[in-house]
Amino acid sequence: MMDMLNEMNVAGRDTRKSGLFSSFKLSPARRREAKWGLFFISPWLIGFTVFYLAPMIASLGLSLFEFTLSSPEDARFIGLANWQRMLFNDPKTWEGLAITFKFALISFPIGMILAFSLAVLLNSKHLIGRNLFRTLFYAPTMVPFIASILIWSQVLNPNTGWLNRIIDLTGIQASGQNGLRWMDDPNLIYIAYTFIGIWGIGNTVLIYLASLQGVPTELYDASSIDGAGWWRRLWNITVPMITPVIFYNLILSLVGLLQFFILPFVLNQGSGYPSGSTNFYMVYFYKQAFNFQNMGYGASLAWLLFVIALAITIFLFATARYWVYYAGGENR
Amino acid sequence: MASMTSSPSVSHDPIKIAQKRRRLLNQAAITLVALIILSIYLMPLGYGLINSVKTQAQVSDSRAPLLPSDAVTFEWEGAEYEVFTVPTDDGEKQYALIDPGRRESTMLDINNPEAGTFEWEGNWRTLLPVTELAFHFENYPEAWRTIDFLRLLLNTLMYATITMIGTLVASSMVAYGFARFRFPLKNVLFIVLMSTIILPPAVTLVPTYAFFVKVLGWGGTWLPLIIPQMFGNAYNVFLLRQYFLTIPREMEEAAMIDGAGPIRTFTSVILPQAVPALTAVAMFHFFFAWNDFFGPLIYLAGNRQANPITVGLTEFNGLYSAEPQLILAAAIISMLLPLTIFFLAQRVFIQGIVITGVDK
Repeated sequence: MMDMLNEMNVAGRDTRKSGLFSSFKLSPARRREAKWGLFFISPWLIGFTVFYLAPMIASLGLSLFEFTLSSPEDARFIGLANWQRMLFNDPKTWEGLAITFKFALISFPIGMILAFSLAVLLNSKHLIGRNLFRTLFYAPTMVPFIASILIWSQVLNPNTGWLNRIIDLTGIQASGQNGLRWMDDPNLIYIAYTFIGIWGIGNTVLIYLASLQGVPTELYDASSIDGAGWWRRLWNITVPMITPVIFYNLILSLVGLLQFFILPFVLNQGSGYPSGSTNFYMVYFYKQAFNFQNMGYGASLAWLLFVIALAITIFLFATARYWVYYAGGENR
Repeated sequence: MASMTSSPSVSHDPIKIAQKRRRLLNQAAITLVALIILSIYLMPLGYGLINSVKTQAQVSDSRAPLLPSDAVTFEWEGAEYEVFTVPTDDGEKQYALIDPGRRESTMLDINNPEAGTFEWEGNWRTLLPVTELAFHFENYPEAWRTIDFLRLLLNTLMYATITMIGTLVASSMVAYGFARFRFPLKNVLFIVLMSTIILPPAVTLVPTYAFFVKVLGWGGTWLPLIIPQMFGNAYNVFLLRQYFLTIPREMEEAAMIDGAGPIRTFTSVILPQAVPALTAVAMFHFFFAWNDFFGPLIYLAGNRQANPITVGLTEFNGLYSAEPQLILAAAIISMLLPLTIFFLAQRVFIQGIVITGVDK
């Protein structure tokens, strides 16, 4: 994927160099080749036009209408009224965004540090039975998400769940009425959701693991001679070398977290329980578009989400040159 | 054996011995740390397995033993009575509770029933019941029947299989196009394809939904979920393209010289060589379909017969929240197939993730 992003840069540059349209005047052989190329990518061209491009434009158009699915004949053009309401008159929009970002701020660092630490552990040459450990740590990622939500929500039960009973063993009273009520306490709910999400970090661990294996060993040998300790080697060599992968995870995780929906929906049908702390942005979008069938307003909420995702991506790409290290990259 | 000659000198070298000892110590420490983390990490799985074979009363009772167990009963004069551990002056005794009362209860010593019943002073509710290990495996068939798992499974398998074939055909075609042919705007198109990864599906959802449900009348059917997957997606195309790029061109050129057209070359030269990558894509797609929730939730609303496992499980969780043991059993049933496939084909699968993640 990282490579994919690089390639996008390179590809963009190549295009500029040759000129976008110079390739339209082609020799017969090249024309034949182009014809076949377009033939092979035609499924995607059709799919993209029908299921991405057209709906995106339609969605932008819909956001200018008051449009209820149950009575489409009553649709009427209201200009930017949806956008105005969403941005200035609807506290739920900002509440949803604030909750989503708050959760991302808690869950993303925990998930990333855990995934990276696991990868370092599973990459250790001192670990006996490495392959078995790797398989077992990955296995929960294969558990269907709904199944892991259902199991975890019982594990987090304040009285009968094992998490509190394990914490009890350390001498801290966690179970019982005054204990840690993971699912009912607005201060704990994001941690609880983070726990549930942890079973899904297998792919991230694998990607870190593969990138750790890609760090040239000469770098470690050189620093060992310089007398650098384990921690300094990790911080000064490993981390910079795998910044491209961190970058990739950062983008995909943030864009994914913006769309956080399934957990609050499965656990409490999007009611916001406890005390509105789980009114995530996508939950609000779902309610507007599908429960209330306010399709016009739903479309504007969706577009705002898209704009935010795009802004985050562009921002991250803009900052990449200051902290992402590309091995072998000339001026990237 | 070859090291026989050198090993005495090694073992006499104090530095080498110290190094070896340090290495063993490191190994033991790191493996131990990994074991501890792993057991915490997999703890919920253990919880699920153990509690799925308990009775409902045990799962919801925080005082119940950790392992699945049943209360021991004692038969006396034709009736069954629960047995409790009662502290007495002679140590703990096992008494059957014949007639429970608030302040005092009628008890019977199960080791000496001939002595007859007697009154025991105290609140019997403070006593711990005597239990023995018992696995309620019947929870599994019960969950299977209650949730109508067979139908959910067939729906999910149908969806996974059809879309897997569709996405394999389309994605491999598109990947081949991007891997081997030069055509106008190729790079721009590839960037557009990759950008769809960060596009939130919500942006296209509202008009797509309105179109499928209102215009085509496909609400409550699988069609709106199947059709859009017949055109390939960015992850699969990228993975396959990377793989195709590693296949040497010579074989294709040979096939071309033999008079094979691009389609023949693609199906008879490229695809057979890309089996590992195709398997990885098929598996990714299978797990995606097995997990797909949002689409089925909105498009199949109102047609419970068509539900896949994910939506069925969610409904089940809402309706049977008083039967946590059945929910656990159903959750475990739902993970069997994906876990089996993963354990059987993990190498191909892991390679695929690595290619999409950090491909060089």
